[in-house]
Amino acid sequence: MRTVERVLGHAAALACAVTLAACKQPPGSRYTFDSSVREHGRKVIERAGCAACHEIPGIDWPEGRTGPSLAGFDDIGPIAGALPNTPANLARFVRDAPSAKLGSTMPPMPISAEEAHAVAAYLYGLDGD
Amino acid sequence: MIEALWGWPPPVFDPAGPYASSVTTLAWVLLAMGLAVTAIVVAALWIALRGPASLKRKLGGEKTVWIGGVAFPAVVLTALLIWGLTLTAALTEDITGDEMRVRVTGEMWWFRVEYLDREGNVVVADANELHLPVGKPVVIELQSADVIHSFWVPHLSGKKDMIPGRTTLLRVQADRAGRFGGVCAEYCGGPHALMGFVAIAHEEGEYRTWLAGRARRQAAPALPGASAGRRLFMDSGCAACHRVAGTEATGLAGPDLTHVGSRETLGAGILPNNRGTMIGWIGDSQSIKPGNRMPSYDMLSADELEAIAIWLEQQK
Repeated sequence: MRTVERVLGHAAALACAVTLAACKQPPGSRYTFDSSVREHGRKVIERAGCAACHEIPGIDWPEGRTGPSLAGFDDIGPIAGALPNTPANLARFVRDAPSAKLGSTMPPMPISAEEAHAVAAYLYGLDGD
Repeated sequence: MIEALWGWPPPVFDPAGPYASSVTTLAWVLLAMGLAVTAIVVAALWIALRGPASLKRKLGGEKTVWIGGVAFPAVVLTALLIWGLTLTAALTEDITGDEMRVRVTGEMWWFRVEYLDREGNVVVADANELHLPVGKPVVIELQSADVIHSFWVPHLSGKKDMIPGRTTLLRVQADRAGRFGGVCAEYCGGPHALMGFVAIAHEEGEYRTWLAGRARRQAAPALPGASAGRRLFMDSGCAACHRVAGTEATGLAGPDLTHVGSRETLGAGILPNNRGTMIGWIGDSQSIKPGNRMPSYDMLSADELEAIAIWLEQQK
């Protein structure tokens, strides 16, 4: 009888540990990128003029308000409220929003796929915490 | 921020043509003279404070005042003035008749650009962008529509004021193809710092093709949404300030948009020109360039803004 209790006790402790471990938030951003990639992304954002519509931390000017602010971007849920927030989806969205999310009012931007990945890397670093 | 665009602010010691070269030479010589005079003053100060008594006596003598205080500056400054004026005289030479002529008018806060024929008639109307052939001098006729502005493309020439009621001349020339950033170099109020300009130098043949293309408008294949965009442009009042050749838009208060689709920048040299920035500019120009004379059209929906942007994109 005591053996059964011991086993149950251990199992309960293990279950608690597993649950706690599963709940633990990863530190910092969901995705981490090389700082050189992020710097490249910032340059692409400047060149393409993304800030004409979006407020973007790290870009001093302009701070357009036609589109939503991207401050604390890493802490938001789905991209544009619709797409699972993964680097591949984000890169696709910043390059060609209407095809990534039907009906998006953000137009396709004249940047390459590689540049779009760099922009996504930059945006994932915009952590509001 | 705009270093990603055209090398902004444009480097001032990197001449790309003969007129800018003479200005750069003058700038270096003046800088060297300034340094030499500073060195002399510092040396005199050291002597006055710490130097040996004999030197101190000489420094305080009447002869030193006459030579160092009167003769030296008079001779050196006169020589510099004569040499400097000769060196840069070519920048403001009169029109001889063979040069390409472009009239650039300073407006709050953008540049009106008109390509002229030999008689001074406007051939092509444009804004905020100057196209020129490599290796040829171009005479810029500078005017102002409101206050004093100053036209400066450091790669190509010196700076010259644009004065209301007067026409001033400035020669520019690019010896290599490329894009050269320019600025308004005289504070003209409000968003003066966001009053930019781009000069684009083409090889001769390429330039002729470009000019021929501008003279007869290309009929671009209509994109979906363009006709709605045209209607919105007219109905929203854009046509009151902007001209688009061949349409009922004949406003002259703002930049001519006849070729806006093929321009490299928006908002007078400050934003790259693409559909995204065009939408942002129409919808929220006041956030981008605070105080500029175009209101933010934030009453338009995103779809309406995009339709107008698509139609403007086709104006090449």
